[in-house]
Amino acid sequence: MDKQYQAFDPRCRFGRKSFPSPIFTASGCAGSGKELSQFIGLDELGAVVTKSISVKPRSGRATPRMAETPSGMLNSIGLQGPGIDQFLAEDIPWLIANDARVIVSISGETIEEYASLARKLRGVPGISGIEVNISCPNVENRGMVFACDPVASKLVVESVRRNIGGELPTIVKLSPDVTDLVAIAGEVIAAGADGLALINTLLGMAIDIDNMRPKLAGMTGGLSGPAIRPVAVRAIYQVHAAFKGIPILGMGGVASGRDALELIMAGASAIAVGTANFGDPTAVIKVKSELIELLKERGFNSVASAVGVAHEK
Amino acid sequence: MSSINRRAQQRNLEIISNKKVGAYHHMVLAAGDMAQHCSAGNFVAVSVGGTGSSMILRRAFAIYRASDRGQYGGTIELVIAPQGQGSRWLTSLDIHDVVDIVGPLGTSFGIPTEPASALLVGGGYGSAPLFGLAEVLKERGCRVDMVLGASSAGKIYAPLEGKRSVNSLTITTEDGGAGIKGRVTQVLPDLIEKHGIEIIYSCGPMPMIAAIEEISFKAGLVHQCAVEEAMACGIGICMTCVLPVRDPDGVIKMTRSCIDGPVMDGSRVIWDSLRKVPLGTWGFDG
Repeated sequence: MDKQYQAFDPRCRFGRKSFPSPIFTASGCAGSGKELSQFIGLDELGAVVTKSISVKPRSGRATPRMAETPSGMLNSIGLQGPGIDQFLAEDIPWLIANDARVIVSISGETIEEYASLARKLRGVPGISGIEVNISCPNVENRGMVFACDPVASKLVVESVRRNIGGELPTIVKLSPDVTDLVAIAGEVIAAGADGLALINTLLGMAIDIDNMRPKLAGMTGGLSGPAIRPVAVRAIYQVHAAFKGIPILGMGGVASGRDALELIMAGASAIAVGTANFGDPTAVIKVKSELIELLKERGFNSVASAVGVAHEK
Repeated sequence: MSSINRRAQQRNLEIISNKKVGAYHHMVLAAGDMAQHCSAGNFVAVSVGGTGSSMILRRAFAIYRASDRGQYGGTIELVIAPQGQGSRWLTSLDIHDVVDIVGPLGTSFGIPTEPASALLVGGGYGSAPLFGLAEVLKERGCRVDMVLGASSAGKIYAPLEGKRSVNSLTITTEDGGAGIKGRVTQVLPDLIEKHGIEIIYSCGPMPMIAAIEEISFKAGLVHQCAVEEAMACGIGICMTCVLPVRDPDGVIKMTRSCIDGPVMDGSRVIWDSLRKVPLGTWGFDG
């Protein structure tokens, strides 16, 4: 049969789980899911990746927490959230009742905290995966961010893997603020990661030239939005070149189908939309329909068949 | 936890009027049935800069008035201070240009069930949502007195049609260019006494609202205020527009001004800890 007459296959796969759509929401960019559901059907998404959940409730940081920058924004929220127990009691049942697939993002300050979160999530019905956010300060190592330390990254993933069991795919979210991203990716893959999420925000800063102080209460913040897309393309390209078999949830400034396709061609198997949701609550739907159109126009009959095509000689 | 305004929708709205009024711009948008869902205190989030703009975040504006019948069907009116790049872009648009709007968003001012004596206090263009509120209060048989303050006369927003819906209007300017020289808070105690005020509604800069709450607390009044915090999304997903607020159980939480506000009970906001995370806040992590 002629290729263009076949039905288009939008699915993607992480570990043992298959997702019906290649577009996800990025962690911390969909509230509890409830807020966005006013504008979009959550079942249209591959999954909602939740805000990063910690063991205990967190108030987050003081304000200002946000500064708009050219084609981007800085944020310094401080992982405000209800803690895992309330999250499991309230947020998760709501998401599942509203037909969302859910990937739970977790964050810890010690390796034991990650392990304990994984134990709490093991066996929770209706969850489709875990995202391990390792861009957090390790209190046992002078606050050095786990994601910047290959050994700490590996230990976190090993401990999550040990505690989560074999069913739930474990996706590890990496920071681009490292010297050798491929080396860190190699460590977490060796430790049992089923997939990688690339990229987290880049550390940035903005100063108010009138009051002559940093714009954010937290001084520095994570830079996101279209400004960082070329960094995402580079990071995904490098990691996919080194580990072809590992699926990547690509993100970093995706606001259109064209942007999503660029990351897929670099090596992403699926795309998460983050900051674009803030400017446009229906962004994920637009990205999804535009992406599928662009793929069809180029003769692809699935998302999977376009993954990493930019690497072909 | 509260939810997003259930009436909120995303729409492209046509500009049918855009006029400079003093230091501000008054803009009218053809809003169709969105207008009938707006209540005094609600706001809209407006996309700025056009396609491919480097400004990726929406700008939030209080709804000045909403009307569901007229020559253009439903309309929403905004008062915009062209302070930044985004609001300057918006005020530079022409009639028939279309803007991408999400609204109505946020909480609205509560209206007393029985007629009451209400004092409405606005700072700068914070007066915008108070005129629509005044109309609603009048319809309910309330006495409505208004105080508007700003640094100078040009920054007072008090259009003629707005003045009709109040029993009295007091103006204060810091430079004495119009009305009484000084700040709104200087005139409040006398007005509260004179008109037997039972409820205060306020909108404007946060230090002004904090000072009004102090006066309101001493006088034992109800105070509903519309707070202001920098927002990235307006729909409750970015967690940037928070402030410390005591919930009904007495627990201080970092609370979103876009969903649990902008209109809040003034007595619940921890005014001496604005822009901070006070000790004892739920999940306090230093």
